[in-house]
Order: sequence, then C-alpha cells, then structure tokens
Amino acid sequence: MGNVRFLPCGDQAVTVEWGSTIDEHINRQVHAFARKVEELSHPAITEVVPTYRSATVHYRPEVLSYEELKQLLLSLTQGGPEETEELPVVEIPVCYGGEYGPDLEEVAQHCSLTPEEVIARHTAPTYRIYMLGFTPGFPYLGGMDPSIAAPRRKEPRIHIPAGSVGIAGEQTGVYPIVSPGGWQLIGRTPLRLFDPQREQPILLSAGAGIRFVPIDEETFRKMEEKEGKRA
Amino acid sequence: MITVLQPGLLTTLQDEGRLGYQKYGVPVAGAMDSLALHTANLLAGNDMGEACLEITGLGPTLRFETPVAFALSGGEFSPTLDGVPLEMNRAYSAPKGSVLQVGACKGGFRCYLAVNGGFDVPLVMNSRSTYLKGAFGGFQGRAIQKGDTLPLREPQFWLNAMDKRSASYPLPEGVPVIHVIMGPQDDCFSSRGKRTFLQKEYTLGQSCDRMGYRLEGPAIERSEGFDGNILSDGVAMGSVQVPDGTPLIMMADRQTTGGYGKIATVASFDLPVLAQCRPGDRITFAAITTEEAHQEMAKRRRALSALRDALEMPPGLW
Repeated sequence: MGNVRFLPCGDQAVTVEWGSTIDEHINRQVHAFARKVEELSHPAITEVVPTYRSATVHYRPEVLSYEELKQLLLSLTQGGPEETEELPVVEIPVCYGGEYGPDLEEVAQHCSLTPEEVIARHTAPTYRIYMLGFTPGFPYLGGMDPSIAAPRRKEPRIHIPAGSVGIAGEQTGVYPIVSPGGWQLIGRTPLRLFDPQREQPILLSAGAGIRFVPIDEETFRKMEEKEGKRA
Repeated sequence: MITVLQPGLLTTLQDEGRLGYQKYGVPVAGAMDSLALHTANLLAGNDMGEACLEITGLGPTLRFETPVAFALSGGEFSPTLDGVPLEMNRAYSAPKGSVLQVGACKGGFRCYLAVNGGFDVPLVMNSRSTYLKGAFGGFQGRAIQKGDTLPLREPQFWLNAMDKRSASYPLPEGVPVIHVIMGPQDDCFSSRGKRTFLQKEYTLGQSCDRMGYRLEGPAIERSEGFDGNILSDGVAMGSVQVPDGTPLIMMADRQTTGGYGKIATVASFDLPVLAQCRPGDRITFAAITTEEAHQEMAKRRRALSALRDALEMPPGLW
C-alpha cells in the first residue's frame, strides 16, 4: 500500500499518512486501512478517523506501547490490496433554487449557464465522500464538475439551515446541522443527515458515494414531514 | 433529584466523552479535566468515568431533594452545605432538602460534582457528555439553568469509611510547564519557530473555552513555503494548531479534523493542568517523548487505582 509515515499525535493517537494531496487512489487506501483496523477490534484501539490522505488511530498506551502499535498498524498497511469493491451510493433528494437555494441564480450567472444547466451538471456525477468532519456528518465530497465552480460569498451567512446544499470554489457539500458559513446555497435536502436521537445518527459514511436527485417543492414538504416524524 | 437554585457560570454534565464517533465528524466533548472527574467519582463511590457536573469559574447552588453522598474535586472553590464550609476532594452525605452552594473559584478554574449512582440522563451515542454547539447529550443538550430538576439513579446516602473518603488534587502553581510531544506537523515550522514555541512564555487569551485555548505571545516562524494550512486531518485533545502565528490548543469540544498545521500535542497527563488555567494565566511548553508521556500516565493510573482500593477497603483495615 505504498510508503506510509507514522506521525505521533500526542501520546494517545498516531496519524498514519499516505500523502498530502486529494487523490482518490490515496483515499481508497486510507479507507481500506481504516476498515482493517476496525475489523481487528483490538482492545488497545479506541477509534480510527479516516481523512483525505491519512487515518488517525486513537489508542490506549496501557494496553499497547507505541512501538507495538506501530508494528501492528504497519502490518495492516502491507500486502492487502486497496479497496476495490463498488462503493454503495446514497441518493440525496434536493429541491433546487427558490427559498431553498437562494444563490442558484447567482451561481448560474457566474458560470454563464442557466439555473437548469447548473442543476443538470450538479446532479450528473456520483460524488465520493472523502471524509466526514467540520460538524457531525458533514461530507467532504470530490467529483464536482468544475464548470459550476463559484467563489464563496463575500458575506458569510450566520444561519444556514440544516440540509442546505452549497458550492464553494470547486467543492460541493451538504450542511447536516444549522451552521454559519460562506458557501453559495443552491438547494436543500429534506433528509436529516444527522439526528443524535436516531439509532444510526449519521446517514453518510466516508468512503461511500452520493448522488443528488432533483425533487420539486411538494415532494420536499412531504419528505420533510416524514423525516420530522421519525425524529 | 437535584433542583437547580442558581446555575453558576457554565455548568454542564460531562463524562469521559463520546468515543467512536469521530469518524462521522462528531466531537468527543467530555470532561476538560479527566483527573478531577475520576477523583470525584471515586470519592463518591462511582465508576471513574461516570458523568459529573463540570463547574466553571463560579459554581451553582443546588438543593438535594433526595439524600445522597457526593464529592467535589478539581479547582479550589468555596463550597458550603446548609452554610457549613466543606473541603474540596472529600465525600459528604447530603440530607434531603439540604442546599449545596459551590461558590466562587479561588484556585484553578473547574471542579466536578459527583453524586453517588450518577445522573439519570439518557446515553446519546454512548455518552452522557453535553456537546454545547450541537445541542445534544447531557441534560437536554445544554448547560443547566435555574429551576431545572436533575434526575439521579438510585443514590446511596452513606458510603464505606465515609469520614476517610478524601484525596489530594495538586493544583498548578506559578507558571506551569505544559509538556508536549512534537508533531504531527512540526516540520512545517522553522527551527527558530520551534525554539520560540519551547522557550517563550504564552498567555491564555480571552477566547479560551471548552472548544479551544487561544494563546497570546511571540509568533512562531513557519518553514519556508508553508502558509499555515494543511489538507484537513485528524486532531486530538491537546493538538496545538498555529492558525495565525500563535498557538491554539484544541480542547474537549474540538472539531474532529482541522486544516491548520499542528506543531505539537499536549501530553495527556498535562491536560488537567491546562483545564485548570484561566484567561490571563501564563504557561510555557517543554518537549518530551511519547514514552516519557506514557510513563507519567502509568503513574497517574497507579495512583487512581490505589485510591480506589483504599476507598473500598473494609473500615477495620484502615
């Protein structure tokens, strides 16, 4: 699985690093490694946090010394092939434009496209979830069509509603909880990406894929009502 | 049950934190000072990791509606029970209707109130810790307020060797030395920058809270060509980021990942020291190895085990 670096992150965590770029090949290695670590269910390992190009392994030094841990983790980086199977793809219904996507027109103007073309290009690809972070359940996605890239808003919003779908530079993402932020909002999903009371609090997993599916306002309201009741 | 007569400055339920959900972006939260949490719980006859009220700066006033044994550990507050002064780091029995006034902080910054049996709030993602920004966990996802009633789980009023249930909790004195393990991105800073970090004094700024501590002091020089940003990766409690030249230390409510280079990470045995510092306090840093940090943590665990064994000893053997 290539050369890895072991970077101590204090005395109870170590970051295992494959590279320093956003790269699908590297990210697949990271998630394959994270899954192997989890499958071990080792009493010394409390959790593993995969990111773009590295995985941070949190451990209990009273069970395993740093050197022993390093050897164990190194053995997991060797031999095994990278993640090869097809990713599960989650469909995210999105109501684009209007009150749900107040910046859609602006993004379209910036890109010299019609709002319909922006929607078509935003819903075309299957995006890879490189990692979750920033807030509970926030997906860092890769694979957006660069022709719909748009700069962040000059004045960030203080209150972005949960479920908002936005664009910032060449990135796109969904806000799982109400947050401040400077992304251009083009739509909103009625799905709850994060619900602490739910048995599965987080809807998305890093390493999986997502696709955006356009829905109309009526469908949005019906789905939102259904989601609300489940919470 | 406990009725909140006055909530104090910032009083939240915290245990050892929400482990296992960082890969979903869910912050760990949990006690800022795990040593004080563990000590309070042992004195009150609980498992070390039970949820306690974390009390910051100015303590709450609480009425015990149920008779219960309790203990306060950590920073030096000025507690009274029905007007009678109490010692910190000692277990007491509170009769039904008695009023505990935790009072003002005289040394350190945070203390923990453990009640025997623990607080009866639901586990959210396997933890009773309050995550304030996400508004979930603990008591209704927020700090306690006047008029709240906090439910308890089957508390005992009298514990083994009640009059001997005390412990020592050393508070930092002078300008504490905070031990760190260099990295994971210390190569992003110049040799001169690293010397500045390890030799100069830093002051805790006004924005020091459960999320992080912003420090004021001399700027840390970066390596040539490094602008301070990295591709976001994992962080730990005590990670020292350098967003704009000066250190920002990630504390209990930190985000799970971050995009600033991290020069060092505070050794876990010194996180309680940091948790007892307040805005305006000065600190210095010193580098140690991972192995040295592990040895210090082992000493800490042995001391807590010895305390637990002593408290469980039948009274005749004291």
